[in-house]
Amino acid sequence: MTDRAPQPLTAAANPPVQPLESNLLPSDVVRVSATKDVPKPDRQLTEVAKLIDVSKCIGCKACQSACIEWNDTHPTVEENVGVYENPHDLTPDMFTLMRFTEYENPETNELEWLIRKDGCMHCEDPGCLKACPAPGAIVQYSNGIVDFIHENCIGCGYCVTGCPFDIPRISKTDHKSYKCTLCSDRVAMGQGPACAKACPTQCITFGPKEEMKKHAEERIEDLKSRGFEHAGLYDPQGVGGTHVMYVLHHADKPSLYAGLPDEPAISPLVREWKGPAKTVGLAAIGLAAVGAALHGLFGRALEVTEHEEEEAQELVDETTPGAPADKGDA
Amino acid sequence: MNIDLSRRGFLKLAGAGVAATSLGAMGFDAAEAAEAAHVRAFKLATTTETRNICTYCSVACGIIMYSKGDLKAGEHAELIHIEGDADHPTNRGTLCPKGSALKDFVKSETRATQPRYRAAHSSEWQEITWDAAFDKMARALKDDRDQNFIEKNEKGQTVNRWLTTGFLAASGSTNETGWLTYKTVRSMGILAFDNQARV
Repeated sequence: MTDRAPQPLTAAANPPVQPLESNLLPSDVVRVSATKDVPKPDRQLTEVAKLIDVSKCIGCKACQSACIEWNDTHPTVEENVGVYENPHDLTPDMFTLMRFTEYENPETNELEWLIRKDGCMHCEDPGCLKACPAPGAIVQYSNGIVDFIHENCIGCGYCVTGCPFDIPRISKTDHKSYKCTLCSDRVAMGQGPACAKACPTQCITFGPKEEMKKHAEERIEDLKSRGFEHAGLYDPQGVGGTHVMYVLHHADKPSLYAGLPDEPAISPLVREWKGPAKTVGLAAIGLAAVGAALHGLFGRALEVTEHEEEEAQELVDETTPGAPADKGDA
Repeated sequence: MNIDLSRRGFLKLAGAGVAATSLGAMGFDAAEAAEAAHVRAFKLATTTETRNICTYCSVACGIIMYSKGDLKAGEHAELIHIEGDADHPTNRGTLCPKGSALKDFVKSETRATQPRYRAAHSSEWQEITWDAAFDKMARALKDDRDQNFIEKNEKGQTVNRWLTTGFLAASGSTNETGWLTYKTVRSMGILAFDNQARV
């Protein structure tokens, strides 16, 4: 009998090597793509969050290295095209990416180097899950983690359209969608994500969401005392809040940070298409089915009466004189 | 294989298919996902932990190396993962990008695993034994020292300098190793010298 792993409190811990039972179970799932009536979980896990304080980030990319090593992905070596980003974009093999922006602040006339760790935000209201047509390919656990179940993924790419942050990437080799899992396998063992553990400046921290919010408040207060009067927390309510949050020194202008959406929301196209349009479409199918059934029940097949047969025979005889009367092959 | 399917039969089957999928879309099915939600199997379970120091720089971060395969049972142990040691006072579990990617350093195809020698004017490396390597180094050091050792300066004061050779020793080593390296190198008169003892 093995013990159940605890719920995670921090990323700064050494993972267990003794066999433990996972603490992230199929019964902890609260939402499943293309599936209605998900059974209500019998317990509520503590909501977790990763807090990224961009003011402490030095752009070292240790998080990227740690992510590659933990998830055993193998991004290809790319060409240097003169930008800091490496690789150039998120890929099916690179779940997180440091994005760099050089910003000339008109107020202070100073150059600011804004660095943001891009990756899945683990939205409370996940657009990818809403858009996904494959049953069970995207699930959300009660601790807030949005995870892809690759066996169920059909590689259609709807999750990319559904994502307000443009995060998932479709693999060209196995045609499945990939993104950050918030290290769900580590969280299931009471550990924090690999990136948060590796981060040398502790710009990335991990723990229960409420604690992370408190930690963020301290950081924001500190930043305000250093002259960043617009410092604030990025936990956008347009997607119901996120389980990856940022502390930004310019929280009034998130788009400064390599195009972080100011007010992220699920695309209206996805919302309408998977909402009202789906209902209307299904109603149309239903009506057609009912109509067809009624027609099948009450409609009569055309029958040829004896009288019509005789008339037809007469017509044949008139147009082809001399033809045998019993062979109407004209 | 020939399937004997009439036009009418084909239409019937197609109709049945449309009906079935439509019913599914309307929520009449128990749309079970093919595969239940699950996370990746925890890859460190039942691995062997080995504590070590990162080999890169003199900050000397603590690391834990995880390997699969029981050496005591005569099996081959394969390194599968390395991460920072949260109990180590230097780094408390964190690592820099190079340290985070240490496993690839260990597994690198170009990693030097034994001494190699490239003869003058040659473009080829040849693998040699440690004994041969030490002999070669000792010979080269001795020859250079005999030729260039400065016992006294122009004023006649004893200086015992050896300026034509420098010594770069391992970082991330212990105090004792640092002391030994320092004594060995300084006793020969070498001034151009760096190792962990400086840090």
